[in-house]
Amino acid sequence: MDWTFILEHVPDYLGGAWVTLRFGLYGVGCSMAVGLLCCLFRFFRVPVLRVIARVYVELSRNTPLLVQLFFLYAGLPRVGVKLSAEACAVIGLTFLGGGYMAEAFRSGLDSVEKAQKEAGECLGLKGSQVIRYVLLPQAAATAAPALFANVIFLIKETSMFSVLAMMDLMNVADTLRTGGGRTIEVLFMLVVAYLVILLPVSAAATLVERRLRYAGFGH
Amino acid sequence: MQDSGISILFKGINFQRLLGGLGITLRIALITIGLSILLGTIFGLMMLSKRKPFRFFCRFWLEIVRFMPQLVLLYLVYFGCARLFGWDLDGETSAVIVFTFWGTAEMGDLIRGALTSIPVHQQESAAALGLTQGQIYRHVLIPQTIRRLLPQAINLSTRIIKTTALVKMINVAEVLKVGQQIIGQFYRSPDAAFWVYLTIFLLYFIICWPISSLAGWLEKRWA
Repeated sequence: MDWTFILEHVPDYLGGAWVTLRFGLYGVGCSMAVGLLCCLFRFFRVPVLRVIARVYVELSRNTPLLVQLFFLYAGLPRVGVKLSAEACAVIGLTFLGGGYMAEAFRSGLDSVEKAQKEAGECLGLKGSQVIRYVLLPQAAATAAPALFANVIFLIKETSMFSVLAMMDLMNVADTLRTGGGRTIEVLFMLVVAYLVILLPVSAAATLVERRLRYAGFGH
Repeated sequence: MQDSGISILFKGINFQRLLGGLGITLRIALITIGLSILLGTIFGLMMLSKRKPFRFFCRFWLEIVRFMPQLVLLYLVYFGCARLFGWDLDGETSAVIVFTFWGTAEMGDLIRGALTSIPVHQQESAAALGLTQGQIYRHVLIPQTIRRLLPQAINLSTRIIKTTALVKMINVAEVLKVGQQIIGQFYRSPDAAFWVYLTIFLLYFIICWPISSLAGWLEKRWA
């Protein structure tokens, strides 16, 4: 192990980690929004939109991100839709993540008893209030483990952004590897970098899940 | 002459070539799934073992695959092993090793979850009824375990199939790579890339969708 090489390239990896983390979080945020919308369309049986949500969820969950990215980045420009690499990254990750998040939210909502919704309506709450104050808090508590698993999954999936020529961790490592022949050092740093990013996320997930468990209703 | 659009897909043997690439993807996936079920069963039983080192070892293994992107694992085996031990593994072998390493841990965890989800009183009631240990497993525990396990195991299988798309990154001539070769050959056709990638997208969907629908159906039926 060549430690001077490693120390010399720490800044490169920091830059890569920043790209991985930033675009990972953009993707996670957008995925949650899309997932929640799709889930609500289906839950409230909104005509047309609920069918679109259904088709979208199936498409996103049954195709690999790599193929989605190639289609966005190399396929769409040929029919006139030109997107920057960054846009492709966020759209691609959101397309994939939205489907997974929708399923996680749905399993959460399914676990809330129907009587809860009815009771909320009986108390005179509006539809939006029932969602906000009655359904979502309970659904979120049940869905939390699945949601956090998705967050970690999506951050890991950012490793495919290297095909968009983005300098994320994976691409930084790949460039250094092909450039210098220090394969072992390069890969060692890559593993450490992902651990440094994902261990805190996982620890935070455990903490929040433990808190939410107390919020469980009627258990 | 300029070939436009979708026609190049059906020009010559282009479509067969794409399917051939898909075949390689599926072959890797099927070998991986088979090995993962086999090794995952052992893994799952080890996680439930009374011996601490076994459980610790499995926990550690599971954490590695949970935290490392599969692409990183692929690089570690494909490039790392070549450098460190001088093994010259080809892409397909590396892929099977890595995906099995990952699939075993995930499958093992599912098996552990399914086994522990069965209430203890099931076993105790069966014993009270005078069933032998073998009968308890055959008629009480295993059928219930399989009902919990099967939908999740099928879902994991579609994840494995989707993940095999990654082998493109270590130069295996799977469907994406073949698609790129076709696009390269027909570079004069402006929208070749669009149709080729769309086709690959749909091919994956056609394979994975029925499988994951089956899992959803089983889950609902056995819930």
